[in-house]
Amino acid sequence: MSNVPNELKYVASHEWIRDEGDGVVTIGITEHAQDLLGDVVFVELPDIGANVAAGDDVGVVESVKAASDIYAPLSGEIVEINEALEDAPESVNSDPYGDGWFFKLKLSDSAELDDLLDADGYTAHCESES
Amino acid sequence: MGLPMGHKTALHAQHHALGAKLVDFSGWDMPLHYGSQVEEHHKVRQSAGMFDVSHMTIVDVSGAQARSYLRHLLANDVATLKQKGKALYSAMLNEQGGVIDDLIVYLMTEPDASGEWYRVVVNCGTREQDLRWMADQAVRFDVALTEQPELAMIAIQGPKARQRVEQVVSESRARLISELKPFFGQESEGWFIARTGYTGEDGLEIMLPEDEAAAFWQQLLDAGVAPCGLGARDTLRLEAGMNLYGADMDEATSPLEAGMGWTLALEPADRHFVGREAVEALKAKGVAQRLVGLVLTERGVLRSHQKVVVDGLGEGEITSGSFSPTLGHSIALARVPAGTGTEVCVEMRGKLVPVQVVKPPFVRHGEKVFS
Repeated sequence: MSNVPNELKYVASHEWIRDEGDGVVTIGITEHAQDLLGDVVFVELPDIGANVAAGDDVGVVESVKAASDIYAPLSGEIVEINEALEDAPESVNSDPYGDGWFFKLKLSDSAELDDLLDADGYTAHCESES
Repeated sequence: MGLPMGHKTALHAQHHALGAKLVDFSGWDMPLHYGSQVEEHHKVRQSAGMFDVSHMTIVDVSGAQARSYLRHLLANDVATLKQKGKALYSAMLNEQGGVIDDLIVYLMTEPDASGEWYRVVVNCGTREQDLRWMADQAVRFDVALTEQPELAMIAIQGPKARQRVEQVVSESRARLISELKPFFGQESEGWFIARTGYTGEDGLEIMLPEDEAAAFWQQLLDAGVAPCGLGARDTLRLEAGMNLYGADMDEATSPLEAGMGWTLALEPADRHFVGREAVEALKAKGVAQRLVGLVLTERGVLRSHQKVVVDGLGEGEITSGSFSPTLGHSIALARVPAGTGTEVCVEMRGKLVPVQVVKPPFVRHGEKVFS
């Protein structure tokens, strides 16, 4: 099984969520997800200021192999996007939990954090999919 | 009959040791990539990469009527092979003029030798129907068809490919490689070495006994040749504007509508080949569709089966689409109405996106070649 950091939270659609502690979370896709996608060549991110609901598709990751929707794992407002992905989409492959992050969300309902998977739950989910 | 799932090439252990992501390809466990298919692609365009293509089917055709048989079987004409070793790309058609397969045929003996010998390399995904068809068509001819499943095949491709191979092979093989002309193949000490490929770069395809494949692979690896998988093989061939059987053409597609008109040898007019009548009838009537190249310079990736909308003429379909690592944007092959001009739209994720129509290839010898 690939790297699933314990300090992050996850959703079944393979996004990870880092709680920055001030009502803001950072979101990206997991190492397992980038491995399934293969070489990422474009990332289309939502607009800053957009209000999104948990489960909305808010962007697209295009790899050489396939296009895949990016889902908002939680509800809130997009407050920052990773503009570096425009020129370096490959960081989604090389550093999915670091430089390959997608966007930051200001949560509208922090209680939604309780619905997320922890590392063990996500690992079990991936194993059930394979 | 049929190969069991998970058929392994002689290089399976090497792929495993190199950390390849293996996928099922027509019943064979084949490497998709060894980490990054984009990096592998660049290696081939810039220096040298190698592909295990041992899954491909090699059939030797020999006997007193080998030439007459192949002139009947193939839409291109093996009588144009005037020198030992020369290769020819051809379609093998059914009676309806559809493409059963595309293949490479090498003349292995001197032309007009008594008992000519040809080597035919066909796709692995079509192996069974090809072998059945070739055997059925051989009934009236004095020929022997001999599959060579015990041969491994390694393609070494890229501007430095021949130089790297020369470094690791025997002196006589190295001499042969330095003298070998493009689209020729020659035997040397039990290996068949051909200057052919499926990438749009210079390079070699080498057929050798299975038990020698692993050692040769390791020598190439030590010489700095990058192992490359089917992922890079696909983006390289697409940039080179080369068709993929099953995607860009199949049994229901005429070569005239698959960008393969140049492979049809209609002269001499008295040579009969399977599918000739159908091809001539379609040619006289005029084709309804043609295969073109598409270019999208903005973000997004063209994918197979996306709908192409041609203003005033109707619709077409992308047959192969991908991101082009060399160009940094997406390219595709598409079958469109015959009168299609220079601009069309592609339906991508619910939106109509304008794209440019070009004549393939897109890339040759590392450089953009369309305008």
